[in-house]
Amino acid sequence: MIFLDNLINGLSLGSIYAIIALGYTMVYGIAKMLNFAHGDIIMVGAYVAFCGLQYWGLPPVAAILVAMAVCTVLGILIEGLAYRPLRQAASLAVLITAIGMSYLLQNLALMIWGANPKSFPRTFINSFSIQLGQLNVSSATIVTILANIVIMVALSLFINQTKVGKAMRCVSEDRGAAELMGINVNRTISLTFAIGSALAAIAGVLLCSSYPILQPTTGSMPGIKAFTAAVFGGIGSIPGAMIGGVLLGVIEIFGKAYISTELGDAIVFAVLIVVLLVKPTGLLGKPIREKV
Amino acid sequence: MTKAKRKRLIYNLITFALVIAAFIILQSMIANKMISRSLKGQLVPICAWIVMAVSLNLVIGFSGELSLGHAGFMSVGAYTGAIISGWLLQVYEVQDTTLRLVLAMVAGGLIAGIAGVLIGIPVLRLRGDYLAIVTLAFGEIIRSLVNVLYVGVADGKLHFSFLNKNMPAGVSMLVDGAKGAVKIKPVATFTAGFVLILITLVVVLNLVNSRAGRAIQATRDNRIAAESMGVPVTKYKMMAFVTAAVLAGMAGALYGLNSSTVIPTQFTFNQSINVLVFVVLGGLGNVLGSVVSATLLTVLPEVLRAFADYRMLVYAIVLILVMVFTNNPTIRAFADRLFAPVKAIFRRSKKKTAGGDAQ
Repeated sequence: MIFLDNLINGLSLGSIYAIIALGYTMVYGIAKMLNFAHGDIIMVGAYVAFCGLQYWGLPPVAAILVAMAVCTVLGILIEGLAYRPLRQAASLAVLITAIGMSYLLQNLALMIWGANPKSFPRTFINSFSIQLGQLNVSSATIVTILANIVIMVALSLFINQTKVGKAMRCVSEDRGAAELMGINVNRTISLTFAIGSALAAIAGVLLCSSYPILQPTTGSMPGIKAFTAAVFGGIGSIPGAMIGGVLLGVIEIFGKAYISTELGDAIVFAVLIVVLLVKPTGLLGKPIREKV
Repeated sequence: MTKAKRKRLIYNLITFALVIAAFIILQSMIANKMISRSLKGQLVPICAWIVMAVSLNLVIGFSGELSLGHAGFMSVGAYTGAIISGWLLQVYEVQDTTLRLVLAMVAGGLIAGIAGVLIGIPVLRLRGDYLAIVTLAFGEIIRSLVNVLYVGVADGKLHFSFLNKNMPAGVSMLVDGAKGAVKIKPVATFTAGFVLILITLVVVLNLVNSRAGRAIQATRDNRIAAESMGVPVTKYKMMAFVTAAVLAGMAGALYGLNSSTVIPTQFTFNQSINVLVFVVLGGLGNVLGSVVSATLLTVLPEVLRAFADYRMLVYAIVLILVMVFTNNPTIRAFADRLFAPVKAIFRRSKKKTAGGDAQ
């Protein structure tokens, strides 16, 4: 029973990681950069939703939509202002900029909302629980897992069936060739950031529904772990992000339950290191050939 | 002597001269009580941060790999230093503080170096973003591990324990899990910090100007080209990484022995980013720049309260602006045009002094 309980908790946490990992994996696949600030966009999304629910009296769905809109704009702004000028620069410069952006968001949030943790209000997401035999499943768990499945299916359809999705795949394959074929690379990258950031807002609300403590650093740890999940599943691959995220969530919960609570984070990072050493391309990733 | 060689020699001499002059001025200020209490308390941490910045610059600026776990090595050094110092005092009753400090710093550097080798072997097989995220992961793992580390002295022996605190009766704790290293007798001195800075500068400047240093920079500039010229890339990257780890460990021991407690949360990812800001602002690959920026950015929050409140915000903006300004071709060309007259004047005066030297 405890085993099943842990498994469901793991699936729920893993689903959140999976949604965050999608943002990382799409941006990494298309812009070839690690968007360190992604985790902090989650935090911004959660704060906006919090304000919507607590101060502006919005219904939950509207609050989530507002959060998604804010994060989308934020994502496009970050990309345009900080990352676009560095399109041709070395990856070290881009990475340092992304770290700076992550810090900027955290500290702006600290100035706007203060350092005191806010407790995320109850919504339809975490208002009830279902009794399955002896198992008590909270609604947040169910909503999270369902949301994960819906997002995954919708995104796969979008990438594989639509014209814009095709453009994204092209840019990810070969940016130069895509540009020659008349694809607007900058707009495609902006769109990727927009989608990733909107998903981050959803992930933020789901994260805070399950773990209702909201502070400026809320997003950074889940962000880094979700990146681990993206690498685990194979960076650039959407089903990979799903599998990696869910597996990582399950590993984290089981590690905390059966090995040590304090070492939970260490176990997750150890997984990352082992994966990178044994299979650097991840579970579903394609090997990248290096051209001189 | 070639022109490049002379230029390097002058640069190194300026670096050493500045550091030594700063030390002499500060020492005479301390002797004449011209220095405020708060600033005096900052002297040893400043030394530690300078060493951290210079050693991180060796990894980022010269070997071109972004390490985000540098604070991890610092914490290894700080904990080792605290344990060694407490052990020497309690078991062997070494009363000589200088001896304790030196032994603690050597041990801190040694253990951090071993950690550097262990971490470097897997990490340096990776590249770019992956390497950065794995160093971050290692930094976090180190922090999680010291969080559950218990070390105590009982019956003249050191007792180690992980996770559960099963210590013999009558134990005197040196490291107490999440409470960190406790009851440290502060023995760090400004002079020791100054000597450590000198050691660091000698090691780093000699390394980067040696054959190995040129190989390290070659692997940064073009890994594939360096490899095809027969440069063993991993070996040289490892050399830079482990040297930086040893120096960070020594800085950590110095830093740890400057206060009465060391807690795991002092060495988080944020601390690694702090050092990264020092390095980026001082200039990647510029040792003197690291020294100056580490000093300024440690003193500034003490002096300017207003700056202290917005410190992290300013750091974030600095990181982004420095990167965008130095790496965007358009902005760079614009800045070059803007500063062209200034540079021309500078170049002319430099020529004059160079001519003067030759006589």
